[in-house]
Amino acid sequence: MAEKKAATRDGYGKALAELGHIHEDIVVLVADLAETCRTAYFAKEFPERHFNFGIAEANMMAAAAGLATVGYTPFASSFAMFAAGRAFEQVRNSIGYPALNVKIGASHAGLSVGEDGASHQCCEDIALMRSIPGMTIINPCDEPEARAAVVAAYEHKGPVYIRTSRFATPVVSEGRKFELGKGVQLRDGKDITIVATGIMVAEALDAASALAAAGIDARVVNIHTIKPLDGEIIAAAARETGGIITVEEHSVVGGLGEAVCAFVAENCPARVRRIGVQDVFGCSGPAAEVLRYFGLSAENIANVARDMLGK
Amino acid sequence: MNAAEKQRLEAIACRIRMGVIEGTYAAKCGHPGGSLSAAELMTYLYFCEMDVRPDEPDWSERDRFVLSKGHAAPVLYAALAERGFFPREDLKTLRQIGSHLQGHPALGKTPGVDMSTGSLGQGVSAAVGMALGGKLGRRDYRVYTLLGDGEIAEGQCWEAMMSAAHYKLDNLVIIVDFNGLQIDGRVTDVMDPQPLDEKMRAFGLFTQMIDGHSFDEIENALERAKLEKSRPSGIIMNTVKGRGVSFMEDKAEWHGKATNTEQYEQAMSELRAKLSLINGGVR
Repeated sequence: MAEKKAATRDGYGKALAELGHIHEDIVVLVADLAETCRTAYFAKEFPERHFNFGIAEANMMAAAAGLATVGYTPFASSFAMFAAGRAFEQVRNSIGYPALNVKIGASHAGLSVGEDGASHQCCEDIALMRSIPGMTIINPCDEPEARAAVVAAYEHKGPVYIRTSRFATPVVSEGRKFELGKGVQLRDGKDITIVATGIMVAEALDAASALAAAGIDARVVNIHTIKPLDGEIIAAAARETGGIITVEEHSVVGGLGEAVCAFVAENCPARVRRIGVQDVFGCSGPAAEVLRYFGLSAENIANVARDMLGK
Repeated sequence: MNAAEKQRLEAIACRIRMGVIEGTYAAKCGHPGGSLSAAELMTYLYFCEMDVRPDEPDWSERDRFVLSKGHAAPVLYAALAERGFFPREDLKTLRQIGSHLQGHPALGKTPGVDMSTGSLGQGVSAAVGMALGGKLGRRDYRVYTLLGDGEIAEGQCWEAMMSAAHYKLDNLVIIVDFNGLQIDGRVTDVMDPQPLDEKMRAFGLFTQMIDGHSFDEIENALERAKLEKSRPSGIIMNTVKGRGVSFMEDKAEWHGKATNTEQYEQAMSELRAKLSLINGGVR
């Protein structure tokens, strides 16, 4: 059976173009990556509301802040490396501190940039954005969820960071309701819970299927909103299953794994294992191979689950 | 500008300077030097140039001011208080817990502050965004931003100017307070920005150089800027850091420290004498 695949960046770009018809206050900013960040869809529909800032992310972010102060809802778009990395301090001081209604569309996040290599494989953006008070972080699991994330980001007043990927991945969220800040249980299970985010959700589901064949009943939770974290769904996993495995295409430092660990340690002590980029830089290679190489695969998730359960 | 108007503005500038000294003295810290150098500009902007409503600070069609050199917050606060955005007494709460007057301007905390600034190089970009929004919405407001001459070393300032020219933001005026000093010394020694006027012109700005302590020159430059169509304006105003307080003038050490009691008394006495002279002239 052929799986339906699409990249979350496509969802971001298409949703913006659609939303632009409904909301005249939406403006889109980009730093010379309109095609690749998929804001070109919006540019085609609304050229007068699409602003290319050239390769100058710092200026773009602070200009987005200025646009927000005069009543617009800017979606400032770049690669995660530059949106969260290069322009961190602009996001912190010009958007976060004044709590301005700016949406940051960060594509090409994580290792799945692939061949471009470590310079562009941003595995630190969630950590950076989590550290900013009031920042909402959405990491959609697939293309339809990315569309829903754009709508939710627009409806939420305040800064939002939307993390998307270059790599086309399976659609797994179809028919699911998207509610900002609410995790989604995609599969019930009592032995262990795999808490995944972004394009790792599909891997988590595959891992759960493999585990089921081996008699292990794994729950799968999709955390699309990393901040604010859905404590309720994490606490239930901690109480009702034998442990939690977090999976993210991001460093284990400062990402979903640490957020879950902090919540669990303070509220509902349970065993947690973090699958992610283990405090190393990535490398060039085809996206799927790079992800496997760093253990971001269904196979590794299943292995960690078996190891945790001693099976 | 007639003599009476000039006297009115001089008196306001003097009271604003007193506000700077009072606020930083009460806080026992802050940045008087680069505040005092901008007192005439702030006076002209808030009392002649800008269409603002102190009783309705968030009025959507107001002209905007972004203090990109955010450490000069004391002069912005003193100007806003003088203009009636909040009581003058508040100036003495500068930098204290619970005060709406943060060490650097904070949007949403202080009535009349249009953008949070303080991290240098960012305010000018925010001003670009505001001006871009004005163009897009075909709105009439104008946007003014004040940069420091040390701040200009931040690459983001040049990104902002390039984009302002690219988007033909003739509703934007980028002003540089060229007082010649930054924390570590003379700007020409720390990181020479000269020839600044040529650089700004090369980045697409209609650029004027003026005496930043002359109301006539400030007025002429701002009026001339309004005639400029399809490109942003730049104004380099030559000023004296610490202007108006004898022992602070042209001294880098007064970039970021407050007066002690003795110095405070002297500064206030100088400013009171000046104010009395100005008012005497009116009578």
